[in-house]
Amino acid sequence: MDGKTAILSKIRASLKAPTADDERRAAVSSRLAQTPKGIIPARGQLPAEERVQLFRFMAEKYNATTERVETMDVLPAAVSTYLMGRNLPAVIRIGADPRLAAAPWAAEATLEIRHGASDGEDLAAVSHAFGAVAETGTLALLSGPYNPVSLNFLPEHHIVVVRADEIAGDMETIWARLRQAQGSAMPRTVNFITGPSRSADIEQTLLLGAHGPRALHIVIVGNP
Amino acid sequence: MQFTSPQFKDNAARALHDPQLQKALQNVEKGFIAKRAAAAAALPEFDALRDNARDIKNHTLAHLDLYLEAYEQKVTASGGHVHWAESAEDARRIVMDICRRVKAKTVTKGKSMITEEINLNEFLEAQGVEPVETDLGEYIIQLRGEHPSHIIAPAVHLNKEQVEEDFRRVHTHLDVNRDLTAPESLLSEAREVLRKRYFQADVGITGANFLIAETGSSVIVTNEGNGDLTQTLGKVHVVVASIEKIVPTLEDCSQILRLLARSATGQDMSVYTTFSTGPKRAEDPDGPVEYHVVLLDNGRTSMLGTEFQEMLRCIRCGACMNHCPVYHAVGGHAYGSVYPGPMGAVLTPSLFGVEQSAHLPNASTFCGRCESVCPMRIPLPKMMRHWREREFERHLTPASARYGLSVWAFFARRPKLYRMATSLAASMLSLIGGANKRIPALPLAGGWTKYRDLPAPEGQTFTQAWAARQAKRQGA
Repeated sequence: MDGKTAILSKIRASLKAPTADDERRAAVSSRLAQTPKGIIPARGQLPAEERVQLFRFMAEKYNATTERVETMDVLPAAVSTYLMGRNLPAVIRIGADPRLAAAPWAAEATLEIRHGASDGEDLAAVSHAFGAVAETGTLALLSGPYNPVSLNFLPEHHIVVVRADEIAGDMETIWARLRQAQGSAMPRTVNFITGPSRSADIEQTLLLGAHGPRALHIVIVGNP
Repeated sequence: MQFTSPQFKDNAARALHDPQLQKALQNVEKGFIAKRAAAAAALPEFDALRDNARDIKNHTLAHLDLYLEAYEQKVTASGGHVHWAESAEDARRIVMDICRRVKAKTVTKGKSMITEEINLNEFLEAQGVEPVETDLGEYIIQLRGEHPSHIIAPAVHLNKEQVEEDFRRVHTHLDVNRDLTAPESLLSEAREVLRKRYFQADVGITGANFLIAETGSSVIVTNEGNGDLTQTLGKVHVVVASIEKIVPTLEDCSQILRLLARSATGQDMSVYTTFSTGPKRAEDPDGPVEYHVVLLDNGRTSMLGTEFQEMLRCIRCGACMNHCPVYHAVGGHAYGSVYPGPMGAVLTPSLFGVEQSAHLPNASTFCGRCESVCPMRIPLPKMMRHWREREFERHLTPASARYGLSVWAFFARRPKLYRMATSLAASMLSLIGGANKRIPALPLAGGWTKYRDLPAPEGQTFTQAWAARQAKRQGA
């Protein structure tokens, strides 16, 4: 008997599951098809502008920095200002996201832009989030050529752009949007990120910048 | 790891006299309890979410076979492979076969208690594959040849001077005069050293906090980002997870995620929560080209349908050990098994046999704090009691304890005699207690009086005192 058959038959024997288990099958397929939502905390159901404010508050609680800009037109200048303010070289890595590509990068003449996955030597990267969760100050990013997943983890500084109208109250709204966008197909990874990397493994003292970025900067674009 | 649960008493005695350990253990009580309490208090829906999470897992366990089948179909459809492992040995062999096929020399590892349970590192090493732990705590204990003493804070038994010593001993390529007194410098050094290893690794192994039947995804929850680097930069991503990690849908997972970080570290959400589905897509510039999931049983199917089924709801947050007075006193290594604290006291006998681990469910005062903070509402004290019963039934309890219990049972079945005996004992003990009402030594109670005095009874039994009180009331 192979491992699968052995494990599944042990489970059925232990649960005393009947051989004709139409009822059990129906319960499983209905849950998988209907994806019931459960309890959504009140703070995950705020009106639009309060939602953006809660998102900023929670993200900053977990040591991210945030700023709000009116349009994508000012993004290149905001990125330059961020790099200068931290004495970083004017170099960023960026994926192939058309929303980022459309920003007027040429206006920042000295800014060098590298493309593709990170080689582990990047000091700063810019990604565009799929959305965000106000409840916990969390960004949601999708892997792929637009926003390579290595950009979320290898650079020292991660700058993430999120549209104000894509900041959801709760994680469940992100799932609903993802299903709408991609059907049942998931990308290789959906990365939820709440603040910069950290560890408390030495004497339970919290330190920022463990293996991932030491700093996370969030640029919120437009209005909800 | 070496299984030393049968020597729990000796382990505990040694731990109590280890000053380094006692100093480090203070961090458990100081840090975790207040943080969890604040996080739970800040979310009004916290207790309702606990009820819902319990119901989700109960439903899943009652349909476990069907959800596992649905999960496998989805993994396969997204280009991944599911391997079924009945035992630790099967799981090790499956992982090794993958390593051998891709000619792996180094394997990076995200933090995973399941790979500790199956002793994967020792096995890989013996077969010539070098496992590199990348979680800071796991990296530290790997350098020391130790095993985790806590399921979410593996190096909580150590102080920073010990870590500095290990780094100086192992990182010999670095300047001997460097300053490592600040914990930040230790963290930076580990970051530098491990950064190279991610790129060299052929295979990245992670555990999973959840498996999602709806989408065939595995989920890891971390703060450092090492798990993500492990599973992104290796050519092959292998997930090793036990069968009870499964939840039906993304929404079900989101419900339980609201409890996990708050119960563990007091964060509203851990820094990185990653849902992985299949290998990298053709157009993706990064990610692994192969994705494998090893589904491990290792005794869990035998817990289904028994009084220990509820233990399979556990999400490994560590809250039970963070709040356990026994864990605070002896630390995790004393338990002698991969899972310490109250959850370990229930799980270890299930996985490795009560014959070998009967001390663990006895190492509890039944104060109930573990159950009161368990996000999945697992009745841990009740289950430890079940193990004590099984231990008694199998005649594993020491003869003196069995004899004592049978003497007590003889009296307990004869209420008149029982009252007479207790009344006699109460007045005798009160007499021995004398003016300061304390008994420094007593036959048969040496285990107690060796360390502290026995407070003497007032001279009456409860029944007598109650009767006197009632009579007084009626008279008034």
